[in-house]
Order: sequence, then structure tokens, then C-alpha cells
Amino acid sequence: MSQYGQVQVKNNRYKFRGDFHRLEQHMPIRDADNGWKLVGVTKPRDMTYVHSYGGEAVFFESLSQGKLLATKCENPDCEANGSVFQPFRIYCPDCLSKCAVVDMTERAEKTAQIHTYMVCTRSGAFNVLDKPIRFINVEFENVSTILFSYLLVGEPVIGMRVRPVFKVFNPTYTILDLSWVPADTPAESLPEGFAF
Amino acid sequence: MIKFSDQQLKTPKFMRPVYLVTAGQSKYDRAIPHKRTEELCIDAFKMAAELLDLTPAELKRYIHTCYYGHFADHFGDQLLGEAVIHDRLGLDPLGNVGIKSGGATGGSTLWEAAKAVASGYSDCVLAMGWERMDEVPTDEGNFLIASAADRDWESPMGQIYTGYYAVMAQKYWQVFGKAEASFRRTLAEISVKHHGYARFNPFAHGAMKITVDDVLMSPMVADPLRALDACLMSVGAACAIICDEPTAMELSKNSKNKPLRIWVTAGSHTLRPADRRNMAIPLLPNETASQYKNLGKEFPGGDRYPGFTGFLAARVAAYYGYRMTGVVDPTEDFDVIELHDAFTISDVQTYEDIGVRPYGHGRDYVESGDCYHTNPHTGKPGKLPSNLSGGLIGCMHAVGASGIMQVFEIATHLWGRWAEIHGDKNRWQEFGRTKPADWTDLQVKGAKRALSVSHAGVGSHVTATILMDPDHLLKKDA
Ligand SMILES: [Zn+2]
Repeated sequence: MSQYGQVQVKNNRYKFRGDFHRLEQHMPIRDADNGWKLVGVTKPRDMTYVHSYGGEAVFFESLSQGKLLATKCENPDCEANGSVFQPFRIYCPDCLSKCAVVDMTERAEKTAQIHTYMVCTRSGAFNVLDKPIRFINVEFENVSTILFSYLLVGEPVIGMRVRPVFKVFNPTYTILDLSWVPADTPAESLPEGFAF
Repeated sequence: MIKFSDQQLKTPKFMRPVYLVTAGQSKYDRAIPHKRTEELCIDAFKMAAELLDLTPAELKRYIHTCYYGHFADHFGDQLLGEAVIHDRLGLDPLGNVGIKSGGATGGSTLWEAAKAVASGYSDCVLAMGWERMDEVPTDEGNFLIASAADRDWESPMGQIYTGYYAVMAQKYWQVFGKAEASFRRTLAEISVKHHGYARFNPFAHGAMKITVDDVLMSPMVADPLRALDACLMSVGAACAIICDEPTAMELSKNSKNKPLRIWVTAGSHTLRPADRRNMAIPLLPNETASQYKNLGKEFPGGDRYPGFTGFLAARVAAYYGYRMTGVVDPTEDFDVIELHDAFTISDVQTYEDIGVRPYGHGRDYVESGDCYHTNPHTGKPGKLPSNLSGGLIGCMHAVGASGIMQVFEIATHLWGRWAEIHGDKNRWQEFGRTKPADWTDLQVKGAKRALSVSHAGVGSHVTATILMDPDHLLKKDA
């Protein structure tokens, strides 16, 4: 019986437990139009990768707690001083000083609106979002960038006011824990797992 | 507002003249199950030698450094695939290196190759690019392409790169296209044009005789973009040989290929469009700041630059390239261009980024008929024909090869060999394709200067390659 690969950090090292890959048989590829001659082989593979969020870990942890964190350059000598970055940037892109972490949940609730969107009927392998996917980019007052995310409820329109929702029940600890709904959406109509 | 320094905006300079002396390419197709990638690369290399009337061994003797453009290691499931190709081409012990810049990989490969010659390090360089996108099913292919987006902030959302670009298309569609049905038809016209020109290109695998209505009826991918608005996914290889002047003269002495001066410039912009910040529009030589003063009034929502509607990287590649070579007005100064038409709408966005039309007015390049080989409104030659190869929509998009395929194509016009190369009956036959009865010679008569633009995804990397007949330069010391 295989077991999902699990990882902890202990004594500053990764500790691995369970299965991180599965062995499967290569299969021949043959030419149906040409006497079933050999063309090649399949190469099946199923691997689990390990990935650190590094300095962004606090952002992803906070989503599961219903908070949207951003960062801000507070270097008085930087031209970008006072700029708020969402996506969360660990370092200021101009002066490379470490940014301050700011909670912008309230700012998002009050000022978020759709800058642009796309309703996409296709997806790639390993997609977990329901289709069609309503991709949106969200702009905020006094934030210098435009966050990419997805709309959970309703149909997107440019300029529409939206507010953030968070997957606080069974979080995935990925960017999918953050989504958006029209600003006037009542709490009881949020999909399962999500809360304001 | 962010600003760029004078040092950053310095006009690039090559230390000596650099020449494109020949180029070659393989057949392109959605799948090529009976050939390994190196077989395709050898096909491309042999063609490059043949255009110089040299044997491959003769050409190889001149090569000093090799640059290999290959974007997605995981598509080919071979790390250091460049080393495999290098070995199979028998080019040891020459120094070689792989280049990766998403969709712009082919252009970036030429960029490196040109600089190696310009600096004096090498007198003759091979730039070879390829991609093999047929060895995984389409949804896994989409997953792999989405790996080029930010793995934490973007790709978990749908694992579909098209979606990450498409939000920008939507913004352009609504702000500058004003969501007009007439603009939608103009976009469809681009698809008709590129699939149509592909019919005369034996290398192409997207040849189709279709109408605007066929495009508008094709399956929706991401409203307003439909299946026929999108580029192909392809397998194939392309190469170019870049030289200094004495080597170029020697290599071409028995050939119809006149060595062409080549310049390549590059720009970049945020991998995540979400990180874009506002700035003033970097102006091209044919623009003034005052002409954009009312852009936001003329096109409500269009006042944020580059916002989600422009590609800064393309703008900057042109900014460097035009100043480097003395180009003032691309429509006047170039005779033929190849653009990175990943989607019909990104083609229009690029017209503006490279100054073929001002921001907001890209559609006019198509609607005026200027972009055609023969202007459908006047029956006269188009002012600046684009993508006569069929482009990425009609010819191919084998990522690492695409930027080199474009340069191959514009070079055949400058050499005056377009009809010979694309009309050759044997080539059609060898590729298992039927030469259409209405095959048309698309040679741009008297072409002396040309441009190609190679572009990565959401605009993270863009290169501009400029070719000129050395007897028709715009700037003596370029
Ligand atoms: Zn700073």
C-alpha cells in the first residue's frame, strides 16, 4: 500500500516519509499504418516535488487565516518608497531592501475592483478549479500592482467591485485559498470552505 | 511611475558589422513521430549549407561557437538536450550553450549569436533552435507550458498559460477594441490571412483556406478569442549562420545568398503581469509624447501604460533596435516583417508596441490592407507585408525555432529567393504535402530591409531582429 509523501523540516533539514515516486512499466509505441513497427516507448513517471515558500510563507499561511498580506517599501531613500506590492514581494524591486509586511484585507474589502478578466473554458492537466474558470485581475486603491486571481461567484465585468474570500476550511496552502466574489455577496451564498 | 536611467536606455552598439549568411529549417508539423529531434536539426543545418552551395562538412569548418535555443526541457524529457544536438551535429570541441526565454527563445538565440560575432569572440556562429511538443497529450502540454508562469502565484490557477495572457487580451479588446464587432472581424481577418499564406509555404502545417466567418464560428477558447485565433503547437527546427564580414564574403562567394547585415536587440518585462507598474511610454523615433496626451480620453481605460494592453518588452526591443540601425518609421523603412502572432489580438498589440501604428490604432494596419502581400483594397503591393510565412498561426510555433523561422523567412525575401525555396516541387513532395494549384509567389519585390519580433508569453522577453541589404543601410556606422 503506497503512502502520500510527507515532509517536515527538523533541525533545518527536510525529513521525508512515504512514497515520492511510483514505478510504472514502459510501453512500446507502434506504427498502426506501417506493420506495427516500433517507433518508441512511453515513459511513465509520477513524482512528488518539495517546494519552499521561503519569505512568502507568511502570505500563504495568512490566507488560511482569512488575511490578505501585502508588502511595502519603507526605504526613505527609494523612489518606490511607500509603494504597496500585491503580489507580495519580499524585497522592493527598486532598492532591494526588505519590504514591511502589511495587512491589506480591509483595503481589499473596501477598494478592490476588477481591472480585467477572462472566462476560460480550457485547462491544463492537474487543474483543480471548476470550469469555466473566471480569471480576474484585481486593482486596489494605493497599491501599485494588479493581483491575478479568480472569481468564485458571479460573472466578471471590468470595474466591478469585489471582495476577497478565503478558504479557511481545509485550506490548500496555495494561491487557490484566495478568491473573490462580487462585493454585495451575502456570506451564506459563499461556496463550501470559503469565508470572508 | 517607474523610470529608466540613461544608462539603461543607451543605444546598443556592435563592435563590428555582423552578417546573416544563410539559414535553414526542417519541416514543421503537429507531430513528427518518425524523427528524433536531432534529425530535424540536421535537416535544418543541411538546408543552410545547401543555400550556400556548400556541403555540411564544409560549412562546419567555419563555425566557432554554437548557441542552442530550446525552451522546454520537460517537453523533450531531456535536460541538456543542447548537448545531445551539439554532439549529433558533430560540432565538438566547440563551445556551446543553451538559451531559454520562453516564446522568444529563437530570437534570444540569435541575440547571443550576433553578440558573439560583434564582440570579436567568434567569426562564425551557429544559432539553432527547436522544440518538440508532440510527446505529451495536449492537456499535459498545457500544464508544462503553464510551468513557465509563476509556479506559486499563477499556474495553480487552471494550469493554462493561455488564461494568463488572455486577461490582457480582454483588456485590450474592451479598451482599445471597444468590444466592437468590426474589431472582432478584423482579428478574424488576421487568422484568415495567416492560414491563407501558410498554403504557399511547404514548411507550414497550418495551411487553411478559410473565411472570417469560419474563424468566428470556431470553438470559443476564451471569449472573444476562438480556436482559430490561436497559434499552432509544433515540432521542428530552424538555424542561422551568423558571421563577420570576411567570413560572410567567403561563405557566400558561390551562392545566391547575399550576406545581410543583422542586428538583434532585446527587452523584458515582469513574468507576472500582476507585477506591472505604471510608467511613461518610451517613445519610438516616429512618436511624440504629445500624441499620447489624450489616449485615456480617446480610449477610456487606456491611460495606464503599459497596463495590461501594451508589451513593454516589445516596445523596448524596438526602442533599442530602431536607434541602433537608424530606423525612423518602421512602415516606411522596412519592406517585410514577421511578427509573433501567438493570438490574432497579440499581433495587433505588437503593431503598436513596435510603432507600425500608434497605440490604440493597431487595427488600422490590417484594415488599411498595408499588412498584405497584395493590398486587397487596391490590388497594389501592401505597404509593409507581415507574416507571409503564415506566422505562428499558419506556419508553426515550435517555440525554440519560431524566432529563427521568422528570420529565415524575411531573409529569403531579401535574398530574392522566396519563390525558389517555397515553390520547389520536390520540397512539397518530400514533406508529403500537396502544392496548391493556386500557389502564389509571395516574394516582396525589391525587399532591402526587414524586421522580425520574437515574443515570450505575457511579454516577459521580446527580441527584435533587423536585417538589411548592406547596400541599403539607413545609418552608415550602424
Ligand atoms: Zn524600495
